[in-house]
Amino acid sequence: MIENIFRPDFFASAIRIAIPLTLAGLGGVFSELSGVVNIGLEGIMLTSAFAAVAATNFTQNVWLGIAFAAITGILLGLVHAIVTVTFKANQTVSGVAINLFASGITVFLSWMWFHESQIMVMYKLPFWGFPIPNPGETTPLVRSLIIIFAHHSPMVFLTIFIVIISHFIIFKTPFGLRIRSVGEYPQAADTLGVNVSSMRYISVLISGGLAGLAGSFLSLEQAHYFVKEMSGGRGFIALAAMIFGKWTPFGTFGAALLFGIGEALAIRLQGIYAIPVQFINMVPYLLAIFVLVGAIGRATAPAADGIPYEKGMS
Amino acid sequence: MNEKPKSRGDLLFSLMEKFTPIIAIIGALIISSAIILLIGEDPIQVYKMMFGLAIGNRDGWGNVLFRATPLIFTGLAVAFAFQCGLFNIGAEGQVYVGSFLAAFIGFSFTNFPAIILIPLTIIASAMGGALWATLPGILKAKKGIHEVIITIMMNWIAASFTFYLVLIYKAPPTEAMKAANMPQMIPQTSEIALSARLPRIATLLTKLNISFPSHNPLNVSFFIALIAAFAIYYLLWKTTLGYEIRAVGFNRTAAEYAGINVSKNIILAMMISGALAGLVGTNEVMGYKFRWRQEIFINLGFNGIAVALLGKNHPLGVVLAAILFGTLSYGGALVNIYTAGKIPRELIMVIQAVIVILVVVSDEIIKRILLRRKSIQ
Repeated sequence: MIENIFRPDFFASAIRIAIPLTLAGLGGVFSELSGVVNIGLEGIMLTSAFAAVAATNFTQNVWLGIAFAAITGILLGLVHAIVTVTFKANQTVSGVAINLFASGITVFLSWMWFHESQIMVMYKLPFWGFPIPNPGETTPLVRSLIIIFAHHSPMVFLTIFIVIISHFIIFKTPFGLRIRSVGEYPQAADTLGVNVSSMRYISVLISGGLAGLAGSFLSLEQAHYFVKEMSGGRGFIALAAMIFGKWTPFGTFGAALLFGIGEALAIRLQGIYAIPVQFINMVPYLLAIFVLVGAIGRATAPAADGIPYEKGMS
Repeated sequence: MNEKPKSRGDLLFSLMEKFTPIIAIIGALIISSAIILLIGEDPIQVYKMMFGLAIGNRDGWGNVLFRATPLIFTGLAVAFAFQCGLFNIGAEGQVYVGSFLAAFIGFSFTNFPAIILIPLTIIASAMGGALWATLPGILKAKKGIHEVIITIMMNWIAASFTFYLVLIYKAPPTEAMKAANMPQMIPQTSEIALSARLPRIATLLTKLNISFPSHNPLNVSFFIALIAAFAIYYLLWKTTLGYEIRAVGFNRTAAEYAGINVSKNIILAMMISGALAGLVGTNEVMGYKFRWRQEIFINLGFNGIAVALLGKNHPLGVVLAAILFGTLSYGGALVNIYTAGKIPRELIMVIQAVIVILVVVSDEIIKRILLRRKSIQ
């Protein structure tokens, strides 16, 4: 039974499921390290998933679709930054408004532009890496490794690259130190000449761009179509991954992989046992709750996370 | 230090602070006009159609109030949790579970008389919502886990769970469906007992010889919503429990020093909030469809967030905001029909989101102006 589940393609699908969670979770990391809670990741993913499909179909170029999704994400991030950093309004409320907006505008525009609620994508990115060898061509180990690690959409490799780069930026550069300082102790950062507002702006824009990439992966690479509410809470699961990953890029990636394995496992188990599909659908959300309960006491949020910065007040 | 007499400007701005929702509504209508113009329609005509059709006659009013009813419940749910410093995004899931439990009681105890079954079903619907809100409350109170993420997860779990239940308690196929050999397209439960149904307002008004279209769905649940709004007002501002809940919402640490049991109040506030959301079942199940079907409830919980914010988390404000959104929702549906689908009803969701953003932003701006004026004096 077990050996029927844990086959190479199981791990490959776990990685694919983890990709949008990782990207959006990294968005959460950037935003929250700078002190801005971004509940709007969910809505940004959804809008970008739509933007990616629309742009790909209009331009007939998947890469342009992905770029357009990232731009859409950045624009929504800009809205979040204006509302929460400039106007210092409640960050959670702003995020919720972005989510409401996303649910409305995506359906609205799919009716306006495509006259249907489910939009197919005709174009695909080529797979990168090695072609999967036929059984017997190579040793089983090499074949497994190729299936798991070396035969994916370019976005999978791009995401892993972004994880590494993010770690480097956040922990090894002055820029990353500034981001963390305005999220940890903005008064001190301000005194030392760091512009709190602009650091937070940049972080929230990065966060939006990453969530935008996550959305494009959902629609272009995972589903090959757009349908309303397709983000399905993944923006929030990504936040759970971020918390479980202690607000670090590698931690978030690891937690996202955990979710990937959980979801892939649920799908495989359904094929073997007659578990109602509704219970399989619950798995990612239940897992998120367990993971958050498990993260308690291990993970601490940045000290100024969620608190608007007022000059001259401490 | 003596309070200085307020200047005229101060009065103006503190008055404006009360009315930021109006500024936000006007702003949202302007932004939506731009969207409608982009589609190539005349915004004035659309708004005229929307409001004219929605509140131009008794049938329209009935429909508006009918659509406002669930929003009063979910708006109160979100507003009440807000007063305790909690953001209950889980009203959506609490609506599903509460209304399902109401339907379950309604179609299970068919031999009970109305005098027992109606109260029982109402209680079931509140209990279901409260039950679904308990876990996020406990996790927040005891472990400090952010209620927003947990309640969202609970929403998705509720959607799957109630969908599973509705498949188990699916209504048997009707004779017509059997004859045509047609399976049930959208799963729904059996109808609830006659003795579990709330009377329609039309029935009551005809007895009083007031003409009111009999097909109008407005029912007694609207009055339950008004009673709930008053009860929440009373609870929050006239009882010790309400005082404690608001104290926890205002400053958790200070409340704790004052000897208030913070975690007890958080859990209680979440449960009451969930109960309010669950009461949506009285309108949609007991007063309208008489059965449970998932699609009736979609987005009622999320719209409650916008209603609560627009209503400034005050029960009276919630009722007024719910009526406005009821108007938008009914008007939007009519516009969609009259323009043959040219203007999708999702435009309303966009308007709602813009209203939310403008409310919070204009609140902050006015608060800041007031603060600045105070510090200058």
